Amino acid sequence: MAFYFISIVLLGFIAVYALMAVWAERKISAWIQDRVGPVVTGKYGLLQTFADIFKMLQKEDITPTLADKKLFLAAPILVFTAVFMGFATIPFSPTYISSSINIGIFYLLAIVSIEVLGILMAGWASNNKYALLGSIRSIAQIISYEIPAALAILAVIMLFQTLNLQEICMQQGILSKQKIYFFGFWEVSKIGGFFAWTIFQAPHLFIAFIIYFIASLAECNRTPFDIPEAESELVAGFHVEYTGFKFGALFLAEYAMMFLVSMIAAVLFFGGWNTPLPNLASFALADYTTGTYWGIVWILLKALSLVLLQVWIRWTFPRYRMDQLMTLCWKVLIPLSFVLVLFSGIWKLFILN
Amino acid sequence: MGNSFIPADYFPIVLQLFAAIGFVAVTMLATHYIGPKRKTADKLANFECGIEQQGDARSPISVKYFLVAILFVLFDVEVIFMYPWAVNFREFGITGFLEMFTFVGFLLAGFFYLLKKGALDWE
Amino acid sequence: MSHSLFYLLSFITLFFALLVVFAKNPIHSALYMVMTFFAITCHYLILNAQFLAIVNFIVYMGAIMVLILFSIMFLNLNQATEPQKSSLLKFAGVISAGLLMLTLVGAIVKTGGGDVPFELIKPDIGLVKNLGKVLFNEFLLPFEIASVLLLSAMVGAVLLAKKEIN
Repeated sequence: MAFYFISIVLLGFIAVYALMAVWAERKISAWIQDRVGPVVTGKYGLLQTFADIFKMLQKEDITPTLADKKLFLAAPILVFTAVFMGFATIPFSPTYISSSINIGIFYLLAIVSIEVLGILMAGWASNNKYALLGSIRSIAQIISYEIPAALAILAVIMLFQTLNLQEICMQQGILSKQKIYFFGFWEVSKIGGFFAWTIFQAPHLFIAFIIYFIASLAECNRTPFDIPEAESELVAGFHVEYTGFKFGALFLAEYAMMFLVSMIAAVLFFGGWNTPLPNLASFALADYTTGTYWGIVWILLKALSLVLLQVWIRWTFPRYRMDQLMTLCWKVLIPLSFVLVLFSGIWKLFILN
Repeated sequence: MGNSFIPADYFPIVLQLFAAIGFVAVTMLATHYIGPKRKTADKLANFECGIEQQGDARSPISVKYFLVAILFVLFDVEVIFMYPWAVNFREFGITGFLEMFTFVGFLLAGFFYLLKKGALDWE
Repeated sequence: MSHSLFYLLSFITLFFALLVVFAKNPIHSALYMVMTFFAITCHYLILNAQFLAIVNFIVYMGAIMVLILFSIMFLNLNQATEPQKSSLLKFAGVISAGLLMLTLVGAIVKTGGGDVPFELIKPDIGLVKNLGKVLFNEFLLPFEIASVLLLSAMVGAVLLAKKEIN
């Protein structure tokens, strides 16, 4: 029975999060560019996106005459469903995870590959030059960046030797059954806190995080990799022809995807639901701040900070050109991530043993 | 049914699948009826810079994208096969490390071939 | 429970597999094939073959279907209808498909299949960890040879694509 409740709560949470994220993005971009951003609707313009969504819900639902009707309808459903299903394997706290399957990471990689199909369907069904070009670019980009992302994750998996996200979280805090070493020399199994997080367990894993983060930006079509929707050249990419709630679903999926990749990053690299506060001297802060509710607070805080970082990057960096984007992926990130996997192996075999 | 079982862990995933599809489909249907319906030929035409649409949008794509897709398949297969090795990493030890090194070595030879041939140069 | 789920999934698989054949538009055909692969992934999960399920999902549904869709777009097979094949080809197709079905039915009858419900002898063999142990011990040689196969595929792809560009 609890699962029915949880899936509804998650759905509501994602919807509210997406609306607030849009508002936050507008406010932050305004702040970065010395503007004020939305101020009229509600205090600090907080209700702006709610007003926007209510307006969008009553817009006319247009399907272009040349479009492939069935696929045009199915694409937003597929994209949103795929992203939302990704949240099923994310552990929110030591006791709560919707679905503790032992192929958690694989499942999340699969989710990304389904989103690709949705984007291709949207672009092709629209029968619009911008949409098709945008979707094909988008797919070329997403599938290319999936390889460095998967290799960066592999470097982490080699250390933990499990694909279950809950077990990965467990091994990054005071609840761990294995011994944890801070950079391989200082045992922190009982100290916990941020010392036990993945990125502090081995020096090369911070680079793995950076590779994963760059790849995740590309997989969300975020700047500097927003070539698929490049407003100035492609209008809006694969969702040019979408109106009303069909556009809303794609938009919701985009923001939910940002949150999903941030959640994965939090779980893999930043200890998931583990507290950042260590047990030092006589202050047992880590013992005190570990638990079901604390877990939910920590993982959401971590994921939302990463979303904030994505927004910040969007309003700071210019867009990459298509060839630069491909060169970065195939000639820099993929060789680098292979080196990381090699280093992970050496670390595990010679330093930790 | 003896040993054949359905891992009950997948139940929440199925549930989320239905929740997501239900939410999007119902909202789409609702907004379809809420919204006005004033369809004109111009409104239903595809967007193209405000001018009449020229030709078919579904023109053949460049071979570069095709090459990226093929290379993705190959690298994806390889990376997927590295995961069963990674979860057994400590048990396999140095032998397993060398075995995987051979496997990846072939692929990396191919990768250098790609670099030399300029297959990864966009344009 | 598992029995009825099996029949439901089999029905879905066959339904979409038939749609793949009957769809006029090649892109629709390809997308129905995605659904078929998805149903097959669920079959693997019922059998607790998790690694196979995920390989089927990521490699076939994700990677190879994108490749097929790209090829369809690349070859510009976008016409809603295909030109009709000659009746000789149709006849040959029916005969070869019929022979394949005969072989399959024969194989199933021979193995004493039929209405015996499936039962897993080693339910854990399909888990990623156990499969890795088998793959890197008993089946190491085929695994290493697979990398040569991938290498040759890579070289082949580059040769074809680069010729096109120059």
